[in-house]
Amino acid sequence: MIPAVNKPENTLNNYSFDIEGGNFNTAGTVSMRIKAILKEKGLPGDVVRKSAIVCYEAEINIVSYARKGIINLTVTPENVEIDVADEGPGIPNIEQAMEPGYSTASQQIREMGFGAGMGLHNINFYSDKFDISSEVNKGTSLRMIISATPLTKDLE
Amino acid sequence: MNIATIAKELNLKVISASDRIENNNVKGGYTGDLLSDVMANSHEGDIWITRQVHQNIVAIATLKEHAAVVLVNSCEPAKDTLEKAIQENVPLLISDLSAFELTGRIYNLLKTEK
Amino acid sequence: MCEEWILKLRDVKEILNADVIGGEEKLDIEVTTAFGADLMSDVLSFAKAGCLLLTGLTNTQVVRIANVLDMAAIILVRGKKPPAETISMAKSLQIPILTTKYILFETAGRLYAKGIVGCVEKVDTGSEQT
Repeated sequence: MIPAVNKPENTLNNYSFDIEGGNFNTAGTVSMRIKAILKEKGLPGDVVRKSAIVCYEAEINIVSYARKGIINLTVTPENVEIDVADEGPGIPNIEQAMEPGYSTASQQIREMGFGAGMGLHNINFYSDKFDISSEVNKGTSLRMIISATPLTKDLE
Repeated sequence: MNIATIAKELNLKVISASDRIENNNVKGGYTGDLLSDVMANSHEGDIWITRQVHQNIVAIATLKEHAAVVLVNSCEPAKDTLEKAIQENVPLLISDLSAFELTGRIYNLLKTEK
Repeated sequence: MCEEWILKLRDVKEILNADVIGGEEKLDIEVTTAFGADLMSDVLSFAKAGCLLLTGLTNTQVVRIANVLDMAAIILVRGKKPPAETISMAKSLQIPILTTKYILFETAGRLYAKGIVGCVEKVDTGSEQT
């Protein structure tokens, strides 16, 4: 289940979610929660959508490959900032991992419909800014920034 | 209707076994990406529409005697997939259409033939 | 005068001889586009809001992705029956699920013949992201 971290009020702009590696039953729930939060805050539809997609890909990667991970969401007047960190095998060759179609997914993961090798590629595509770093046998960190142009609401 | 006709009508790029496309007749179609499902449910003479690019698709196409395999979304096959397709003489084609669009068009081509 | 005929979800149900599992209240929504895939990454890459998702995958991820992408409804093909948790999740998120015995090839073919188009028509290799 999604860990309750912060009070679900629109005044808060920082959220943190833990993700359990290997748990495909709950995989995706954090992304859905983040989408709901951003929608509640009145962010434009395409910003909400892009943020939800990058979160989802990041969340699935953690569940597929890591032991555990964390997704932090920060909403500022300018941006949606998503920071992801996991503990896991890490990525030996980031450039290769970014290639569409490159995947180290197991047969089990493929049968679930994942492992097409588009995750990092999609994250990069939907983010306005994307940084990734990784250490083999330690884990991987991602930082995605999606520009949010608030239409009516002051987010502060 | 043979693969060559479908390839011409729908602007498909033939990347292996081009010598077979005139002879391979299409009896039906199968669209899907889950290999075990394709193994279980597709038929001989099917044109298989997928975005799976790894070399197992050649083995499946051979075992099930598909007329051809078409990769959608402009997906390029993995290098060993192409090599295997050439080796096994399995027609491999690429389409820039999405699976839904390509399936719809092939379905209707086959229907108008009947 | 001819009115332009836009399909509703209930028309899709008829065309596919489908059963409705959840979302009966949404059968009057209009649908014009569809995306067919068994690999979820493709759905995330290409599918657009408001389209029908045609798939043979029945796990809860399909529902979550449909929610993340604001898809109109899920059409499960090949006679697949979704497990209870998928159904309950779809109901709680108000995403209609229809099940049809037809394979994806037949399903897409029939819908295409009735005027549904792909939510993505073409994908160019050259348009890979910078």
